[in-house]
Amino acid sequence: MGAIRLEKVRKTFGNLDVIPGVDLDINDGEFVVFVGPSGCGKSTLLRLIAGLEDVSGGKILIDGTDVVDASPAKRGLSMVFQSYALYPHMTVYNNIAFGLKMAGESKAVIEEKVRNAADILNLTDYLDRRPGALSGGQRQRVAIGRAIVRNPAAFLFDEPLSNLDASLRVNMRLEITALHQSLKTTMVYVTHDQVEAMTMANKIVVLQAGRVEQVGAPMELYNRPANKFVAGFIGSPKMNFIEGAYAGQRNSHTLGIRPEHIAVSTESGEIAATVKIAEHLGAETYLHVVADDIGPMTVRATGEMPLGEHDRIWLTPDATRLHRFDAHGQAITAP
Amino acid sequence: MEKTFKSPLKHIAFSVFAWLVGLMIFFPIFWMVLTSFKSELDAISMPPMFFDFDWTLANYVEVQARSNYFKFAMNSVVLSVGSTLIGLVFAVTCAWAMAFSPTKRTKNALLWMLSTKMMPPVGVLVPIYLVFRDWGLLDNRFGIMMVLFLMNLPIMVWMLYTYFKEIPKDILEAARMDGATMPKEILFVLLPMAVPGIASTMLLNIILAWNEAFWTLNLTTSDAAPLTAFIASYSSPEGLFWAKLSAASTMAVAPILIIGWFSQKQLVRGLTFGAVK
Amino acid sequence: MSTRSSTLTGRIMAAPSIIILFLWMIVPLGMTIYFSFLRYNLLMPGMEEWTGLDNYYFFLTDPAFFASLANTLLLVGSVLIITVVGGILLGLMLDQAIFGRGILRLLIIAPFFIMPTVNALVWKNLLMHPVSGMFAWIATSFGLQPIDWFSEAPLTAIIIMVAWQWLPFAVLILLTALQSLDRDQREAAQMDGAGPISIFFYITLPHLGRAITVVILIETIFLLTVFAEIFVTTGGGPGLATTNIAFLVYTQALLQYDIGGASAGGIVAVILANIVAIFLVRLIGKNLDR
Ligand SMILES: Nc1ncnc2c1ncn2[C@@H]1O[C@H](COP(=O)(O)OP(=O)(O)OP(=O)(O)O)[C@@H](O)[C@H]1O
Ligand SMILES: [Mg+2]
Repeated sequence: MGAIRLEKVRKTFGNLDVIPGVDLDINDGEFVVFVGPSGCGKSTLLRLIAGLEDVSGGKILIDGTDVVDASPAKRGLSMVFQSYALYPHMTVYNNIAFGLKMAGESKAVIEEKVRNAADILNLTDYLDRRPGALSGGQRQRVAIGRAIVRNPAAFLFDEPLSNLDASLRVNMRLEITALHQSLKTTMVYVTHDQVEAMTMANKIVVLQAGRVEQVGAPMELYNRPANKFVAGFIGSPKMNFIEGAYAGQRNSHTLGIRPEHIAVSTESGEIAATVKIAEHLGAETYLHVVADDIGPMTVRATGEMPLGEHDRIWLTPDATRLHRFDAHGQAITAP
Repeated sequence: MEKTFKSPLKHIAFSVFAWLVGLMIFFPIFWMVLTSFKSELDAISMPPMFFDFDWTLANYVEVQARSNYFKFAMNSVVLSVGSTLIGLVFAVTCAWAMAFSPTKRTKNALLWMLSTKMMPPVGVLVPIYLVFRDWGLLDNRFGIMMVLFLMNLPIMVWMLYTYFKEIPKDILEAARMDGATMPKEILFVLLPMAVPGIASTMLLNIILAWNEAFWTLNLTTSDAAPLTAFIASYSSPEGLFWAKLSAASTMAVAPILIIGWFSQKQLVRGLTFGAVK
Repeated sequence: MSTRSSTLTGRIMAAPSIIILFLWMIVPLGMTIYFSFLRYNLLMPGMEEWTGLDNYYFFLTDPAFFASLANTLLLVGSVLIITVVGGILLGLMLDQAIFGRGILRLLIIAPFFIMPTVNALVWKNLLMHPVSGMFAWIATSFGLQPIDWFSEAPLTAIIIMVAWQWLPFAVLILLTALQSLDRDQREAAQMDGAGPISIFFYITLPHLGRAITVVILIETIFLLTVFAEIFVTTGGGPGLATTNIAFLVYTQALLQYDIGGASAGGIVAVILANIVAIFLVRLIGKNLDR
């Protein structure tokens, strides 16, 4: 079991109010991802759950019990650190076994669990090596192995893949997702990476300045962002925000249009625009344009587009996928 | 920023020059060692004899036979190693706490420790002497060991602190997540990672304690006297026993010179309180 | 990792060292201050009485004080100049690609590990002896009159041997600092057309500034209290020629048994040292924040 519930959790460092008060429900078996800009308090929130920092107020309930006064080890959680934090003087085997030894498990049990974890993570051949003699991806797997063997109520990950190169990151992302599917243990995962958040999460928590901006399934956040911040944060390239007359005609202060929800034509359309830069990625083309009367916009078109600087084009936003926001940046839901 | 020379000739010429300078600086030590193998007469001969004398080990034998050299050497070992070990127990725990659970006052505590090191020993000579006299600690190994320990404690804390600071905090947090209690965390995680730092701290402190010559000269006479005091006894003007003085001196400095050569890199950090690395 | 329990454990763990150091420094210092206001002589036990500032008055007006203050300043100043200048030169030298540089470096830093009493006696006898010493032989080979160091220039003799002992310290630290100098910076200066001399004055020397300050401050702390070298060679003489403040306090306390006077002298020494210490602690404290 691993249901985690935060009630009015606060954290201050001196006078600095890093987390002014967070309420959050994480259900057993869920894969929850914290995203938000750098410095918004993602790591801090994770460390509060882990018990590596004391809360300044509020409650943290794990399976219904308040754990704010429990030591990290007593909370039954495992953490995977961004820097891996492997013990450099121990072999892979001992790194994975350390938590079990501390818990006073018998040698036989330790052996079995470590072998088992090594098996899952393809580490069997490396058990006698030290971390210094492993590649980044292997180190990452050792760190995960160390987390697995303790059979935790939940896993906590703090940007675990950010030190890996792009292709390895994709592999590890899939491995962690597979791991979640087979273990069905709660996972709380902090990341900067959009793609990780969208692909791995059951539930995304968007944070800004220590506040929860929105909680929901990835597609829910994508389709129905609660405010401008979430709308701008989720999705890549970033949503276009248009103010002024064009937005006013549609009963909004700010109108949000995702770059992928705009049709492009060289002949006719709703908005006339001039191409400034065209980025050709092969499968798709990003067009950075200046729309007449509106200003700069980004458009994402599928496939190749034989366009370049100064070309005149016409844009037609998908009317069913417009996002309307009021002057405070809140989404307008009424028609 | 090592400079390379354009012509090999310049390289050789500069090397020769550098070696001449180096040998000049080293000469007193070389001369002392050489003299220790001479007879007393050869030692004071004029002109000085470089290699063409009758080499003898008699001085080494005699230093021990006449003045019980090994008693003093033993005291030096006991005092320097003992004070270092006691110091380690205190300094490791203190530096650990300061590096990994710092509070607002940690920095001030560290600087205060440093400032105690700046206190000239003469400032406290009188009371320490009187207290030692009244408590029967004069010429007592335990007493002088405590003084050496306290004298070097700030340096040990500082050195260890700078080493511990370099250990990633994450790893200790990982240990904490793994359920290690504080003592286990220190024993299984911190200490193994800190071994190089602790070793060099030990070496530097053995050197400093071995060569300490203010308190050892003032607080010991014979029973607890280490080599510093033993060598000082050769300063009496009656008779010139240069060869024996040299033999005793060579034995007194050899072990520490070797340790010093090994720890030269760490020395800079230790002696500058981490200000130069 | 700043949880309440770890902070508390941290305090408990740091406490023993702090408390024991406190007892070791502050209590005796307090006693010294107290004694410095007493007339207190070990030869006249039971006659202690409060004398206010008399001890300070006597100590500070004693000609011996001025002589020893002058000696102290001369000793510290000369050794500092020799070691810093020599240290820079030797550091620059060792920073070049020399054959056998590692071994050469070992030879040059060796004097630092020689215990002060050995240092003093080797120099006094084997090297500086007016009849059978190495220097006497060198002087006579050039047809000169050998110098009787310890009667003609006793303080210079002490300065030479203390400088010899501390030169390696300066070399070691300045060399470390030199080696941390960015190669790019030098090369950029070269591209800008700077010759070796301007590189030294505009790039190298400013880079060494911090290390030089550290050398000066730390050496000063130790040099203010040079004791063993004087103790085993001159005993402060002839007359007061080689008595520094540390040695003067020692003579008053353990040879004349004038506890009150010696304590006042000790406090004066502490004040002198603290003037230097304040600068050093500031400098290192700044470094701690990085
Ligand atoms: N120990 C601390 N003392 C004081 N301030 C802290 C401490 N730890 C974090 N902070 C501050 O709290 C804020 C949130 O930090 P946190 O590390 O949680 O951000 P983050 O969202 O994880 O950022 P990133 O994405 O860059 O990792 C930051 O402004 C940071 O400066
Ligand atoms: Mg973070």
